[in-house]
Amino acid sequence: MAFSVLASGGPNCKIFSGCGFPAPGAEIFQFDAILSFSIGGLTFNVSKVTFLLLLAVVVIIGFFGYAFRKPKLVPRGAQNVGELGYLFIRDGIVKETIGKGGEKFVPFLFSFFFLVWILNFWGIVPGAQLPVTSIFAIPVTFAIIVYVTWVPLGIYKQGFVGFFKNIMFPPGVPKGMYILLTPIELISNFLVRPFTHAVRLFANMFAGHLLLATFSIAAFYLLTFSVIGIIGSAASFTLAVMLTAFEAFIQALQAYIFTLLAAVYIGSALHAEH
Amino acid sequence: MSLLAEISGSIGSIGYGLAAIGPGIGIGIIFGQGVQAIARQPEAYGIIRQNMLLGFALAEALALIGFVVPFVYGT
Repeated sequence: MAFSVLASGGPNCKIFSGCGFPAPGAEIFQFDAILSFSIGGLTFNVSKVTFLLLLAVVVIIGFFGYAFRKPKLVPRGAQNVGELGYLFIRDGIVKETIGKGGEKFVPFLFSFFFLVWILNFWGIVPGAQLPVTSIFAIPVTFAIIVYVTWVPLGIYKQGFVGFFKNIMFPPGVPKGMYILLTPIELISNFLVRPFTHAVRLFANMFAGHLLLATFSIAAFYLLTFSVIGIIGSAASFTLAVMLTAFEAFIQALQAYIFTLLAAVYIGSALHAEH
Repeated sequence: MSLLAEISGSIGSIGYGLAAIGPGIGIGIIFGQGVQAIARQPEAYGIIRQNMLLGFALAEALALIGFVVPFVYGT
């Protein structure tokens, strides 16, 4: 990826050589198909994004399949790690946000957390270096899956009228306020919620990746035999390394927040506010 | 009407700067109050942290939308 960006400026594009800073833009998130095939008139293109997405699924299934291949009462090794992950979702997220009746959704949220995390994590893996969730289609798909889970669930649990009544007419508000409150609640719950759910994850990864790319390119661009060049290049490189560590934290945090919000939405569908 | 002022160049970055003001204040309040709450009630750390991160995520979304929009609608 970084090579293709440098190529847009050229390997000789350095400071003082009359070449402007080749700032990375949205084009670093576009990839050509590695291979394409068609089944029954539908053409499938496999690019780096698709490959990393499938690899993440393989890694997750492989790890947890290995960890729980022969589950023992006293866990050891990989099973310990797997159970730690499960307990984190069950006790850290589900019990505190959904509460009663939330056990059924632990596998759903568990899969989401680890899938999103691994997809984010590709952003700092050397060689991959692309957070797959920075391709907008992927967080949108995840947000749609969560949306089509909690809305029908709420209708099923609270009844069609009850569900919309609970969301549009929150209790404990003066009657007159409903003129103002009902449209806001309707828009914010059914339109803004899924949108921000997807955009939050996407934009964090997009911004993080762009930041890393900018400083990596700056380190290369400034690397010349001059005082400004050496100091600037060293500073950019140091910053890029520090930002990589920061990104590792943000990636885990965003996966956590995505799962947490999914749990909150499911919780709001299960139990009406009152 | 005569033109009084004109902005050229990367208007998207100015837009992002404007979009970051509100969430900046919001996130500051969220973490400030969160830290204060933890200091007052250290045993409620788990619940406070979770709600702090939830509020942070909701406030931060606005800044991030401001960051992405210039890429989407920029020419």
